[in-house]
Parts: sequence; structure tokens; C-alpha cells
Amino acid sequence: MSFQEIVFFVLGAVLVLSALRVITARNPVHAALFLVLSFVAAAGLWLLLHAEFLAITLILVYVGAVMVLFLFVIMMLDINIDRLREGFWNILPIALPVAVLLLAIMGATLMGPYFGLSMRPPPPEVAEGYSNTRAIGMVLYTEYLYPFELAAVILLVAIVAAIALTLRTRKNTRNIDASVQVAATREGRVRLVSMPSEKKGVSAPPPEPELPQQPPPQQPK
Amino acid sequence: MEFFENLLGPAWPVVWTLVKILAIVLPITICVAFLTLAERKVIGYMQLRIGPNRVMAFGMGWTAGLAQPFADVFKLIFKEIIVPTGSNRFLFLIAPTLSIMPALAAWAVLPFGPEMVLADIDASLLYVLALTSMGVYGVIVAGWASNSKYAFLGAMRSAAQIVSYEIAMGFALVGVLMVSGSLNLGEIVRAQTGGGFWSWNLLPLFPLFLVYFIAGVAETNRAPFDVAEGESEIVAGFHVEYSGTAFAVFFLAEYANMILISALAALMFLGGWLPPVQVDSLAAIPVVGLLFGPGAHWLFIKIAFMLFCFLWLRATFPRYRYDQIMRLGWKVFIPLTLVWIMVVGVALMEPVRSWPPFSWWF
Repeated sequence: MSFQEIVFFVLGAVLVLSALRVITARNPVHAALFLVLSFVAAAGLWLLLHAEFLAITLILVYVGAVMVLFLFVIMMLDINIDRLREGFWNILPIALPVAVLLLAIMGATLMGPYFGLSMRPPPPEVAEGYSNTRAIGMVLYTEYLYPFELAAVILLVAIVAAIALTLRTRKNTRNIDASVQVAATREGRVRLVSMPSEKKGVSAPPPEPELPQQPPPQQPK
Repeated sequence: MEFFENLLGPAWPVVWTLVKILAIVLPITICVAFLTLAERKVIGYMQLRIGPNRVMAFGMGWTAGLAQPFADVFKLIFKEIIVPTGSNRFLFLIAPTLSIMPALAAWAVLPFGPEMVLADIDASLLYVLALTSMGVYGVIVAGWASNSKYAFLGAMRSAAQIVSYEIAMGFALVGVLMVSGSLNLGEIVRAQTGGGFWSWNLLPLFPLFLVYFIAGVAETNRAPFDVAEGESEIVAGFHVEYSGTAFAVFFLAEYANMILISALAALMFLGGWLPPVQVDSLAAIPVVGLLFGPGAHWLFIKIAFMLFCFLWLRATFPRYRYDQIMRLGWKVFIPLTLVWIMVVGVALMEPVRSWPPFSWWF
């Protein structure tokens, strides 16, 4: 067994086991962390196929950003695991056939005569200096330019829609507008009033009796 | 070298790689130790104090203060590690490892000189970006597994902050790779060769450099972006429940990340191992000339300067308020980087490209 095969089987075992634990773990946070582990193992498998750009992007996007937000939400939620598991036996009669059907489809795809592993030749040996990243970039920005840009615009619309649906300004919010703060000038805040320090002809009030000095009251902000 | 190669046979490449890894990791660890001392000294002098000046090595008076990091390390090693009740033991103990692993693994692709790199891979910039984005897991897992409200709040703050600033950081790197035309860090440095200081990426990409560095400060949770720790608000943030070695590893990870961000800034914007002024007659002097030519020492000087800026920022600025951090990241940095990427795109197109000053850079 070559070194690459050992790495493949180790990564494959980690991937399968962690994927199983994603659906069997009792704690949702553990399940999300196992999903992260399976992403990392999948990225390792892609690296073995010389697909380094895809592998690193998988880590960067899914592990580095998407799963962090997932964990963020799951950790904040107050999940009662017992209540989540209540309806298990009621759903099982419907869920089991669906799961079996899905497994059958996947099996047929992988083992079948048209899409089976035997139909897939191993990736060709690449020449020295061949850059996977450059090749993907060339294809993405020439042949698939329009689908790529369309996908980008659809994502942008989704972002705008998500923000527009959730953004609402309450009347009593104490939100601070930074540009107003920065644009504040001395003239707008301070008014200098000319006050004569003493009036002519009025004698000074008698000195007050000595009292222990009280600290001045704090100005409320 | 050949003697060892014959002695070990097929195991030789593995052993040789391990030796190279050790040659990178051990100096980083020692640098981290002395960086903590440098931080206390620099901040001390900025605040008109002296800083640590007591602990000396082997009773030698001139080392007074220099042995402070080792005293700190021994103190932390001999402290008890307390695992809080109701915490998740496994995740609690693995979190410091999750936080130090990416900080050290990213060094595999960083070139120290023209040929001095452990793994010269094609997409090394993406690799570094992917690994630094994994560093947040240590913080989140630590905050959640501690079963403490303060730690959890710190973890949530840190997660939101790191994810926000990663976008600006990624855009800043897009500008770098547009100018260099490569994702390989060695190639990025080589693209800055030429007229010394003037041909570095610093001048044409100055706004991106600022964004990258400030986003780097935010990514490492350093002051003034240290709301994840925020002593005055949430005690010590995500590592409030950690003690002893586990805390020391978090500490190590933070400083290793600082060195990593500084090294990346030096490689991408400050010309890496290239000297600031290229004088051929000086470089031709037999032994001393090596100091004036390109070499790893220039990289180390630049890293040291960037690290000093980290300490300088910490001593100078008060902590950001949380909504201001988010505003800076989303409303200032991301538009700024987008605009500058467009400027770089225009400057790279043909008629503009051959006009000075663009013809000096691109």
C-alpha cells in the first residue's frame, strides 16, 4: 500500500465516521463540530486528487465562515433535545422509506453501469508547473462568465432581500449616527454667553460659613 | 548531509522535513516568549515606567528582566489546570490546541528567503487565508465548552468580529494578487523586485496595506479590538475559565498569530526579504555585502517593525465599542477595499499601465 493510499483510507474513515456522528450526535453543537471535521476530511481527499484550489476554498468558505455562523446560531439557541426527539417513532414510518429510497438512488449512481467508479478514469498526471487555480480561473472567466456573473447577481439579490426583510428601525432606539458625531463642530455644541463678572454698585455677599467641602454632583450624561 | 541520507534510507525525507519544521517552530516559540517581554517593556516605556527589570538568568546582572518570560512560563506550567463543573471536558481541553494549530501550520508556506521555504505550493496565499480563518474555532469552542456566561459572550463577540474582518482582509489580499499575478508568496515577493523601496507593493496598495494591518489586529483580538477579552466588561472573555498550561497555549497562539500577521504584511506589502535600497556596489563587498543584499534578515527587521506597531497600537488607543467595530469593518473597510481594487484594475489596463508612476510598479 502506497503512502497516498494510506492517507486516502485514513481520510475516508474519518469522513465516514464523522458524517455518521453528525446525524447521531445528541448535542447539536457536537453535530456541527463533526460536520466541520467531515469538511476538513473531504478537503484532504480533494487535495489527493490535485484539486488544491477546491480543497482550500472548501476550508475557507465552509469551515472558516459558514460553519462559524452555524455554530454561532446553534450555541445561542435554547434547544431542548428531549422535545426535539419526541416525535421520532411517529415520523419513522414515513422517514424510513424515504431514507431507503435515497440510499438506493445513491447506490445505483455509484455502482451503476453509466456512472460507476469503473467509468471514471483516474485523474491524468499533470505536467510540471500546471496550476489548478489558474485553470479554474481561465474557465470561470471565459467560458462560464455569464453563469458566474448571474450567480453573483442572484446572491447579491438574496443578500439585499435578507437585509430588507429583517431591517426595521424602531422609534425609541438609541442608535448613534457616526457621521453626525464626526461632523459635530464646536459652534453647534457650545454657546459662549458674555456675562459681566460683577455688577457695579452691588456689594459682594457676605462670606458663607465654613462648611466641609462637598464634591460637586456628577453631571448626568 | 549525504551521510545521514545513507544512514536513514527511505525514512530520510520524513526526518529531514521534521528537522525543518522544528527549525521553524522552535524559533517562533522563543520569539513569542520574548515578544511578551518586549510588549511589557515597550508599553512600560510608553507609559513612563521601566517594565520588568528583576528576573535575571543565572545571577548575571546584565540580564535583569530578560529572563522574565521563562519565569512566567514556569509559573504557568506548574499551575493546576481546573476543568469547570458542567463543562465539556474534551472540547474544553482541545480548544487551546485548535487555536495554536493554524497559527503554527501557516508558517509552512512562508518564504524566508529566495529558496528558504518549507512547502513551495502554488496557492500558498489561499492556504494561509484558509488556516487563519480556522483560528476562530479555538475561541468559539473554548467559550462554549467552558459553560460560563462570560466566556460564552467573549466567544460570540470574537466569532462575529473575526468573520466580519476576514472579508476586508480577503479583499486586501485580492489587490495584492492582482498586482503580482500569483498566489504563491515567493512569486509575490519576486514581483516586488526592482527599485528597492519604490517597487514594493506598499505605495500602490497603501490603503489595502492599512486595511490588512488593522484587520489583522482585529483578527488576532488585540487591543484596540480586544472586546473578546474585554477585562473591564467580561473579565477575560473566552479564556476566563482557563488556567495553567491551557491558558499558556492560548497566550502562545495569540502572539504566534501576531507574528504571522506581521510576517504576511512584510511579505505582501513590504517586499519580504528584499532590501529597501538596492546598492550594487555595497552588496559587492565580500562579507559585509551580504547584509546589504536580499536576505532573511530584512524580513526579520520588517516583522519586528510590524510587531512594534502592534504594541504601539495597544499602548495608544482605547478599546473600540462593539458597534463601532462592526461599523468600521462593514461600512468603512469593505467599501474602501472594493474601491481600491477597482483603482488597481484600471491602473493595470494597458494605456494607464505604461504611464508613470504605474509603469514603475506594474
